[in-house]
Amino acid sequence: MKSTYDIDLQQVSFQYDQTVVLKNISLQVKQGDFLAILGPNGSGKSTLLKIILGLLKPTSGSVHLFGQKGRDFKQKEWIGYVSQKSNAFNSGFPATVYEVVASGLVKKTGLLKKLPKNSKNLVVDALTSVGMESFSKHSIGELSGGQQQRIFIARALVSKPKCLVLDEPTVGIDHQHVQSFYDMLAKLNREQNITLILVTHDVDTVSDRISHVACLNQTIHFHGFKQDFQQLSDEDRKAWYGHSVRKIH
Amino acid sequence: MIEAILNYQFLQNAFASGLIIGLIAPLLGVFIIVRRLSLIADALSHVTLAGIAGSLFLSQSVPFLALLNPLYIGIIAAVSGSVLVEKFRRLYKHYEELAIAIIMSAGIGFSAIFISLANGFSSDIFGYLFGSVSAVSRQDLFIVIVIAIIVVVFLLLFYKELFLLSFDEEYAKASGLPAKWVHLLFMIVTALVIAASMRIVGILLVSSLMTLPVAASMRLAKGFKQAIYLSVLFGEAAVIIGLVSAFYLDIAPGGTIVVTSIIILLIVLLVKKIWLSAVIKRERGSLV
Ligand SMILES: Nc1ncnc2c1ncn2[C@@H]1O[C@H](COP(=O)(O)OP(=O)(O)O)[C@@H](O)[C@H]1O
Ligand SMILES: [Mg+2]
Repeated sequence: MKSTYDIDLQQVSFQYDQTVVLKNISLQVKQGDFLAILGPNGSGKSTLLKIILGLLKPTSGSVHLFGQKGRDFKQKEWIGYVSQKSNAFNSGFPATVYEVVASGLVKKTGLLKKLPKNSKNLVVDALTSVGMESFSKHSIGELSGGQQQRIFIARALVSKPKCLVLDEPTVGIDHQHVQSFYDMLAKLNREQNITLILVTHDVDTVSDRISHVACLNQTIHFHGFKQDFQQLSDEDRKAWYGHSVRKIH
Repeated sequence: MIEAILNYQFLQNAFASGLIIGLIAPLLGVFIIVRRLSLIADALSHVTLAGIAGSLFLSQSVPFLALLNPLYIGIIAAVSGSVLVEKFRRLYKHYEELAIAIIMSAGIGFSAIFISLANGFSSDIFGYLFGSVSAVSRQDLFIVIVIAIIVVVFLLLFYKELFLLSFDEEYAKASGLPAKWVHLLFMIVTALVIAASMRIVGILLVSSLMTLPVAASMRLAKGFKQAIYLSVLFGEAAVIIGLVSAFYLDIAPGGTIVVTSIIILLIVLLVKKIWLSAVIKRERGSLV
């Protein structure tokens, strides 16, 4: 059966050595969705993203990406990734912004192949999408945390992905820049119809921009439209979060 | 000097190999530094020494092997060492540096045994330890050329993969890059460069030629390509100045090359410092 979802997880479980981290996760994401994954620390959010990306293999259950079995999925360039640790790189690393963004083209061109002729345009386009086009000759280490995070998004965008997966991208960004950061994501979602899967703690800030919410703590406690999430009672949320979450609006 | 090079084959060999090594050692060194593998390069050079010392001992005791070029066994030892390091690194997943200690000790241990068995330090082994202007044969030069070709082809093929792997390993894996294999190939190529370099700079100083020019370039470079160009420039300068002075002063070129690299590094640090304080002054001035 060909699934019509970008991402389709069925009954996915995962454990590191002994510890069960994810249990019976079923999650579908359609093209153009903007899904926020919420959950306390250690609830398995990063692990779930790594399973979607094929970095970890589920202990049981199935993963389908764009209608294909996750393990046979070859179009790696369709899914862009901004990891939780992306700005944990060594800030002394000698690389220009241009070089970092261009390195995302490896996905598109494949191993051992030359970069495409239009790679320069692709890099400039990606930098423009994140509003960093004037920084291409700068050294990556001299940018602020928020600027670096935009560069990592540009690196993910340069291969023209259909879906972008972001793991707590606003950690380390000044509060006043978080708004404009999410505005930029919302614009990508709206104008380029890029599916977004975002792990975050900024429940309040993102609520205007997202379409769906999934609440994760080992299993999925809620998954649905943002509007339905807003209807949940405080008790429901306490039950899965372990403590009270501020209500969205 | 030029006349001497034209007249003596041994000098041609030394200078030609020197220029090639001045290119490939810093070139690979840039990747070694950003991937934090410089200690591994050091460990591999000691394994190479064990191979060389073993070969020298064999050539003394087995007449049949008397004409064998020790470089071959050195290369075999270095490459096996690089594969073993990876095995141990996987075995001690959480204490990867143990792999380096194990391989390094094995290298030094075997070297000590073979050097003693071969009746202690001969001038041969001295040449391998600290480099030599006079001992580079045509065959050595030929081996260096072959290794250089392998290195350049490898880097041309894998440049963007190695960059990605160095900058962000997790992202590289998520991009579908077979990180394990690329890394293993990289370690084998590193072993080859170490084996190629030791004729000129010597086992004990090989890793210096891979790291010092890079250390200088990283203070100046904005980007990765720039760091590569500058490293090669500094590496070549160190080799040329080092070899010429070693020839005239009649000392081991390993010493002169490495000391020249250190002087280049100090000059770069100083220039950078002066330049930075000039920038700060100018900015203060423009604020007033
Ligand atoms: N490499 C690992 N080995 C063993 N346990 C891990 C590993 N990575 C994460 N874990 C454990 O898995 C659980 C979920 O981690 P993670 O997915 O990073 O959570 P989150 O991103 O929601 O904070 C945590 O309890 C963590 O300690
Ligand atoms: Mg996490």
